[in-house]
Amino acid sequence: MSDFLTASFLSALIFGGILTGMPLLFASIGETISQRSGVLGMGIEGIMLAGAYFGFAITLYSGHFWLGLVSSIGAGMLMALIVVLFCVRLGMDQIVVGIGVLIFGEGVTSVLQRAQFGTTYPRLEELASVKIPGLSSIPVLGSSVFTQPWIVYIGFALVGVLYWILNFTNVGLNIRAAGEKPEALDASGTSVIFTRGMAVLVAGGLAGLGGGYMSIVGAGIFVPFMTKGIGFIAIVIAMLARGKAVWVITGSFLFGISVSLTTSLQLVGVEIAQDLVNMIPFIAVLAALIIFARGNYLPAALCLPYNREAR
Amino acid sequence: MTETAESNMGLSDNSTKNIFNPTDGAFLKVWNSMLESIAPLLLALIAGGLLLLVLGRNPVTFYGNIIKSGLLNKHGLQDTIIRMAPLLLMAAGLIVAFQASIWNIGGDGQFLLAAALTAGFGPMFMPVLPMWACFVTLFLIGMVAGALSTIVPAILKAKYEINEIISSLMMSFIGINFANLLIKGPFRSTKTLVPQTDVVPFTKLLPSIPLTRIHIGIFIALIFILVVYYVMKNTSLGLKLALLGQNPRAALHAGLNNQRLIIGAFMVSGAFMGLAGTVEILGVWGYMRADWNPNFGLPLFALVFLARLNALATIPLVGFYAVLSIGGHSAARVADLPDDFILIIVGLVLLFMALTEYIQEYRAGKSGKLLNFFRSLKGIKTNE
Amino acid sequence: MMNEQKVEDQGASRNDDSSTAMIPAVELINITKSFPGVLANDNISLSVWSGEVHCLLGENGAGKSTLMQVLSGMYQPDSGMIRVNGREVRINSPGEALELGMGMVYQHPTLVPVFSVIENLLLGSQKGITLDRQGALNRFEEYASLLGVEIDPESLVGSLALGQQQQVEIIKALWKGSSVLILDEPTSMLTPQGIEELKEVVAQLKKSGLAIIFISHKLQETLDMGDRISVLRRGKLAGSIEPAVFSSTANSEIQSMIIEMMFGEETDIAESVIKVERQTTGRSRESDLPEQPVLELKNVTVKGKLDEVGVKGASFSLRAGEVLGVAGVDGNGQRELAEAIAGQRRITAGDILLNGVVVSDVSIANRQHMGLRYITDDRLGEGICASLSVSKNMLLKRIGQRPFWNWGRTNEATIRKTAEGLVKEYDVRPPDVDIRCGGLSGGNIQKVLLARELLFDPKIAVYSKPTHGLDFKTTVIVREKIKSLAREKGVAGLLISTDLDEIFDLSDRIAVMYQGQIAGIVENQEGIEKKVGELMVGGT
Repeated sequence: MSDFLTASFLSALIFGGILTGMPLLFASIGETISQRSGVLGMGIEGIMLAGAYFGFAITLYSGHFWLGLVSSIGAGMLMALIVVLFCVRLGMDQIVVGIGVLIFGEGVTSVLQRAQFGTTYPRLEELASVKIPGLSSIPVLGSSVFTQPWIVYIGFALVGVLYWILNFTNVGLNIRAAGEKPEALDASGTSVIFTRGMAVLVAGGLAGLGGGYMSIVGAGIFVPFMTKGIGFIAIVIAMLARGKAVWVITGSFLFGISVSLTTSLQLVGVEIAQDLVNMIPFIAVLAALIIFARGNYLPAALCLPYNREAR
Repeated sequence: MTETAESNMGLSDNSTKNIFNPTDGAFLKVWNSMLESIAPLLLALIAGGLLLLVLGRNPVTFYGNIIKSGLLNKHGLQDTIIRMAPLLLMAAGLIVAFQASIWNIGGDGQFLLAAALTAGFGPMFMPVLPMWACFVTLFLIGMVAGALSTIVPAILKAKYEINEIISSLMMSFIGINFANLLIKGPFRSTKTLVPQTDVVPFTKLLPSIPLTRIHIGIFIALIFILVVYYVMKNTSLGLKLALLGQNPRAALHAGLNNQRLIIGAFMVSGAFMGLAGTVEILGVWGYMRADWNPNFGLPLFALVFLARLNALATIPLVGFYAVLSIGGHSAARVADLPDDFILIIVGLVLLFMALTEYIQEYRAGKSGKLLNFFRSLKGIKTNE
Repeated sequence: MMNEQKVEDQGASRNDDSSTAMIPAVELINITKSFPGVLANDNISLSVWSGEVHCLLGENGAGKSTLMQVLSGMYQPDSGMIRVNGREVRINSPGEALELGMGMVYQHPTLVPVFSVIENLLLGSQKGITLDRQGALNRFEEYASLLGVEIDPESLVGSLALGQQQQVEIIKALWKGSSVLILDEPTSMLTPQGIEELKEVVAQLKKSGLAIIFISHKLQETLDMGDRISVLRRGKLAGSIEPAVFSSTANSEIQSMIIEMMFGEETDIAESVIKVERQTTGRSRESDLPEQPVLELKNVTVKGKLDEVGVKGASFSLRAGEVLGVAGVDGNGQRELAEAIAGQRRITAGDILLNGVVVSDVSIANRQHMGLRYITDDRLGEGICASLSVSKNMLLKRIGQRPFWNWGRTNEATIRKTAEGLVKEYDVRPPDVDIRCGGLSGGNIQKVLLARELLFDPKIAVYSKPTHGLDFKTTVIVREKIKSLAREKGVAGLLISTDLDEIFDLSDRIAVMYQGQIAGIVENQEGIEKKVGELMVGGT
């Protein structure tokens, strides 16, 4: 049992937590923006897969990680455009369209993968880590948190950006108003469609980036259906975080570390059935829903289409 | 000014108007609703065909192969009909839930849990119980398992007003993993290397129609579809569910016991999903392998929506989908594509359906039927 | 019927205290706007001048709000032209209307309840990237002192009283330096005191040179506040009264002119408008009622959800044939009280008795069986199921019961027959029981609800704002029905209303609710208006 608290164990635990938590963090940040603006991004899982596949393919062919990650964002935004058109502009049901996007994303990435690579799964090189001078020599945290690829630091920075946008900017106020009372936003002269549309696009880009991180940085390969429900977890984290950036990052890494804990435990010789491990996050989410979700936690106009003349 | 209120979901179609009147007749109504259902399907197939072209495959060959091996080939046709049995049962389950505006997204978990229990207990009961008792017990086990795995989201929705979309989805993931745990644990066969259950002897599976492999599951499914159709259209229970689904506050105001209705409809929906799992195991496989998941759940959403929650209308649509999935399997193999190609079609159907609804609304200057259903679901926030 | 009048000539003389500008601040010219099946505005023209209150009068549904939503950019007119300060403009969105100086205070508040006052105001003033809180606070102080209101800018809007919310709305409408202020039925939610405050604010703004459009369906109010009155009727401009005419004519004469514009030859309604608006007190008939109460509340307490006040220890009793009015400003626990009596809400303490039986734990359906009826004010939200047919809605509270359902099987013929009878009896239009109930007008939906609730031997009826939003004709019908049920059939009525005229007209006794409590119960005797008004704002 003394193995548990060694520096290398903890370091591996945190490192693994970041590896699993990072795609979730990107997706949850995006999902938070989307939900606060009143759009439930039900199709986020499909959007992440699109980001994962296109980011992977572009990185493989171009050899540039940054180009791959940018393509992930692009692919995510393209998928989100469907949601913008159908749900935000035309006011169709967000859940039906979301499920459509989800299934479409799953199918199209699986088919493209096979069409492009057959039954082979090529592997990318590892993305080089950037050591933060000074901080990287702190015990435990230095080798886990501060020795990471640059994209991870961007992810951390995005949490701050999210906090700033939602609380201190006009755009953030508009987003929150679009989710709470779109009529009020409209009456005060800002387009609800535009605000929500932009929010959904940004959310799509971030979800795509999360998928891209998964395939390009995390796994180094693309496998169909590789997101395994992470997108749905992001939806729940965004719901429970109630627009608070600090809860978005806490939730994402709690999830990451809990998944990482089981693999770390296996490393030190504690065997747990894989199916049980897979179940844990979903049980945790369900428990969190039961414990925290009683109150007034969702934006009032979430999932409600806005149509000025049909009030 | 213009309150977009919800459609009547076919509940007040008691009109005594002249059915031959082409402007207001039942004939036109049927034709229109067929068009509503078929247009998105056709559009999705065309878009899928374009994608095939891009991928360098011949769409005519591909779709031709689907029809050839799913419908025109004797084996394929039987497989298609066999596939329809679980799909129809799950469609019945979805209709019950959707009628009450309950988003039971956890169908796959409910299906697999029942399947695992059937496959696990089947070989244990077969030697000790008479055949009919064995079937009845296993059907009951499947239905109860399906129903019980909805109970958490059902109670959360009914008592604490926690939205069921996420909770039923989480329960689905839990159910899928739990089914695997069962198969790799207590139900694991000692005779095989791959984790799977013991196999029910072929002679003890559900009886088949003579001279075919089609088991009687299809009849069970059709009977339940008819029952659901009748209950939704002609009984007070159907009206209660519709009222709850269309306007839960009006249901409360009218004195209905919303909590009991929600929990009841949710559990019945789960029971249908479970029954589908049992029928699939007892009719087709006789055992269950770990990590087996046919993913029937989400594609059925598209079919049930296309049918406008009309149980009878799901029969041809489910038939179509069964052809697509049976024929698609071999067509995809010929074209060197994964079976997942069919997912693209299903996803596109959902999107095109949304689009055709919108166009209809735009043309008619009023809401289409399905659109009204979507809109009647109001916001996701439940605590008002 | 009076013909449409040409509204404005450049040279027409106006009130002395109005500005000397020769061009109207806003001109609407031949505006037409239709919705599917409704011609809401039919070729309407009118002009608004700075330093003047232009009252727009008309019944519910006459097209007033639509016209103003056209002006505020919410709706696009089908045809017609808008001029601002003499310049032709197209107003494509509320944002553009604000840029043009159009400040609108909507009938339904358009503030975000979970935002603070200052955040709501910031929503309308988008400059730069970051929120300019300090600048907004300074501006807020300016406006607050101009209007003479006191509100904490950091408090959440949802926690403010409705009158205060309206003041925030007004500040918000003026925030971008508006030159025209549009008030859509601003008095409908206010106490008598709140209305007085509003009058002062309007006077202040008029003095500072704003053009004000004041929308109302109450004749008296427009006579009090307006410098110029335009009357809309069924989407058309029925006529208007110039300031010159206004100042040189006696009030009673103007009143009859307006009534003629509003109703034309329908003199029966013209009479009733006076009846509806000018009710006097003094209808107590204590003596001829039975002793035994049919409904009794003992210390009933209900916990409010979220921002509701709930009910705190309410006690009263109601006898057969009596109407007890419950007066009070909206949101003081009336809805919670009604729902507790109907059984839609759990009570946390106290007892509710029907005919002497404690029913606190009895279900909604069983209370209905015991003769309790609840006519809700949220007609579309919970009263009807819009998507179901009129016939199904007529029997919504009897689902599964004989003879309409036999062993659960729908007996379509009986349902139709009963519904058709009710549609005829209550004159629901159109008289078709197969159409979607949501397609009916507000007044006809209310008739459906009354027909449904009063079917089969009612004993106690809770009427929640029974005439809110209805036209005069239906209002009179509904009030007569309530009266005759009480007097002739002995149905006890609990009349919850924010309309004091209605309360005075129908009630035998009047209970006043304030902050969830019954602030007092008084006999409806002459001269109690003042007393009721005081109780409504927490006086004793």
